[in-house]
Amino acid sequence: MIEEDVLCPFCGCLCDDLKVEVEEGRIVGVKRACRLGMSKFMGHERIVAPMVRRDGVLVETSYEEAYERAAEILKAAKRPLLYGWCSTVCETAKKGILLAEEVGGVIDSTATVCHGPSIIGIEEKGLAGSTLGQVKNRADLIVFWGANPAEAHPRHTLRYSSNSTGMFTPEGRGGRKVIVVDVRKTRTAKNADKFVLIRPGTDYEVIAALRMIVKGKGDLLPDAVAGIAKSDLEEVADMMKAAKFGAVLIGLGLTHSRGRYKNVDGALSLVADLNGFTKFVVLAMRGHYNVAGFGQVCAWETGYPMAVDLSRGAPYFNPGETAACDLLARREADAMMVVAADPASNFPRKTVEAMAEIPVIQVDPYPNPTTFIADVVIPTAVCGIEAEGTAYRMDGLSLRMKKVVDSVYPTDEEVVENILDRVRRLGDDN
Amino acid sequence: MPQYYIKLTVPQGKTAQYIALGRGWGKEFEFMVIILKAIMISGRTLGQGASLEAKMSPEFFNATSSCAISESDYNALGISGDENVLVRTEFGEVVLSARKDDGLPPGVIFIPMGPWANAVVGENTGGCGCPLFKGTEAEVEPTKTQVKDVCELFADLKRLAGEGS
Ligand code: SF4
Repeated sequence: MIEEDVLCPFCGCLCDDLKVEVEEGRIVGVKRACRLGMSKFMGHERIVAPMVRRDGVLVETSYEEAYERAAEILKAAKRPLLYGWCSTVCETAKKGILLAEEVGGVIDSTATVCHGPSIIGIEEKGLAGSTLGQVKNRADLIVFWGANPAEAHPRHTLRYSSNSTGMFTPEGRGGRKVIVVDVRKTRTAKNADKFVLIRPGTDYEVIAALRMIVKGKGDLLPDAVAGIAKSDLEEVADMMKAAKFGAVLIGLGLTHSRGRYKNVDGALSLVADLNGFTKFVVLAMRGHYNVAGFGQVCAWETGYPMAVDLSRGAPYFNPGETAACDLLARREADAMMVVAADPASNFPRKTVEAMAEIPVIQVDPYPNPTTFIADVVIPTAVCGIEAEGTAYRMDGLSLRMKKVVDSVYPTDEEVVENILDRVRRLGDDN
Repeated sequence: MPQYYIKLTVPQGKTAQYIALGRGWGKEFEFMVIILKAIMISGRTLGQGASLEAKMSPEFFNATSSCAISESDYNALGISGDENVLVRTEFGEVVLSARKDDGLPPGVIFIPMGPWANAVVGENTGGCGCPLFKGTEAEVEPTKTQVKDVCELFADLKRLAGEGS
C-alpha cells in the first residue's frame, strides 16, 4: 500500500509530498524524501522497553514504574528543567507546559541552542517575514547567510527557494540570483552566483557595512571590511537593491557565532532598510521539523517562545538566565526531563557533566548519549510516522502530521500526560 | 591567517616551540609545524543528519568524529595516513580523525555537530542561552591517539550505584 502526501518529520522544511510504501504494517520504501528524511522513515535502533537506573545500571521495567519514578523525581526537585520538545508534535508541547507549571519548573526547547538568538533578534527588531510559498512564487534574489541547506535542509532549494519553480518564477534557478555568505565554501555556496567568504565572527561588521552602502553612506567605509573588498560589498548591495523580491534566509552561522542575536538583529535591520527600495523578506532556516511549533505553543500558552520559568506564579523569560545551558552551567537545575532531544550530544561538555550529576528522565524513541546519563528512560512512538499530530514548518505554517504505521509504543503526548497525572496525584497525597 | 607553532632544533639539541605566521612555510625551511592555531566551527552535515537519530551506530561515529582542515593547513601539519588530530580549546580537548576540505579557508577547522565537537565548546551563552558553537579558538596537532567511540566519550559520566535515585 502506498500512503500519499506524507509529511516528513525531520527538518524544518516539513516536506508534505512524500510517498511511503507500507507492507504488512512496515515501511518498505519512501519516495521523494531526501537522504535525511529517507533515513528517518527507514528506521533506526529503538529503545526496546522502559528502563530505570538501579545500582548504577539501567534495567528494564514497566511503563507504570517508569511514570511513577519520573513523577517522583520531578516532584522532589526544587528547580526541574523540562527540555527538548522539537522533534515531537505540538500536542506534546502543550502537555509539557502544563507539567512544567505543575512542578514549578523551567521549560525550554532545543531552539535556545539553535535559532534562539534569532528569536531574540526578532523580538528586538521585528521581522519582515513571509511564507516559503511567497519565496517560491516570487523571489528573484535569494541570500543564504550562514545557512547551508544543501546539507541541513536538502530539499529546501528545490521546493521553496533558489531552485524552485513558481507562479511568477517560471524559470526556476535560471531566473533567480543567489548570494551565499559563509565562512567556508559550502555545497550551498557552490550553487551561488555570488559567494562572499567572511571570517568567522565578522557577520555583524559585514552586515553593518552593507547597511551603510544600501543607505548611501558607503563612502564612509574603508576599502575593506573584515577582509572583504568594499567593491564586493557594493556588488552585493547592488544585487539586493536590483531585486524585485529578495529573500534573506538566515542560518546558524549567524546565531552560533560572535554577535549571536545581534547578528540576527543586523540582518533583520538590513532587510528593513532594503524595504525602503524594494520588497525584501527574511526567514530563519529552522532545524527540527517542529522547533517552530514548540515556539508557537509556548508563546500562546505562556507569552514567551522558550526558556520560560514557571516557578514564580507568572511566566518569566530571560534567556541567559532561564535557558537550559545556563541553568546547567550554573548547576541550578536539580532534575531534568528530556523529551525528543539529545542534550548530552548537543550541549557543551561542561553542561553535560552537570546533567550527569542530577536525575534525568528521557522520553524518546531512540537511544542516544542522553540515555547514558538518564535515570528513567521511556521509549515512545515516532511522531509523524507512528503517531499523528500538528507541526509547524519553519515559516510558521501549521500542518497535520500523519500516522503511517502502528506502534507498540505510547506517544510522547501520552507519556507526558501520564507523568503529569502522577505528579498531580502525588500532589494530592501531600 | 592561520598561525602555526613550529618546532626546530636549536644548537644544544633541545627543541623549542615558536609561533610563526602561516605564510612562508615551505620545504626550504628547516622546521616542522606541530600545532596549528585555528578557529573551530561546528555545524550540520548530510552524514550527521542522516545518522542523527542513530547515535549509537558506526555511521554516526564516522559522520561526526572527524575534523575538516583546509588543504594547506593539513599539509603543513604533515598528518600521515595513520594519524588523527588532537583539537584543544580552553574548554577541553578531543581526538578526531582528520580530513582535508577544499571548501575551508586556512585557519578554520570544521567539526560536525555532535558530542565530539561539543567536547571543545564552552558553556558560556553570552546572556542569550546559546553557546558559541562556532568561533572558538583551537589548537590542532597530529596525534597517534585513537578516536574515542561514543561509549568511551561518555564513560566517565556514567553514574555509580544509587546516585540520583
Ligand atoms: S528536506 Fe527536510 S523535510 Fe524534506 S525530506 Fe529532507 S529532511 Fe524531510
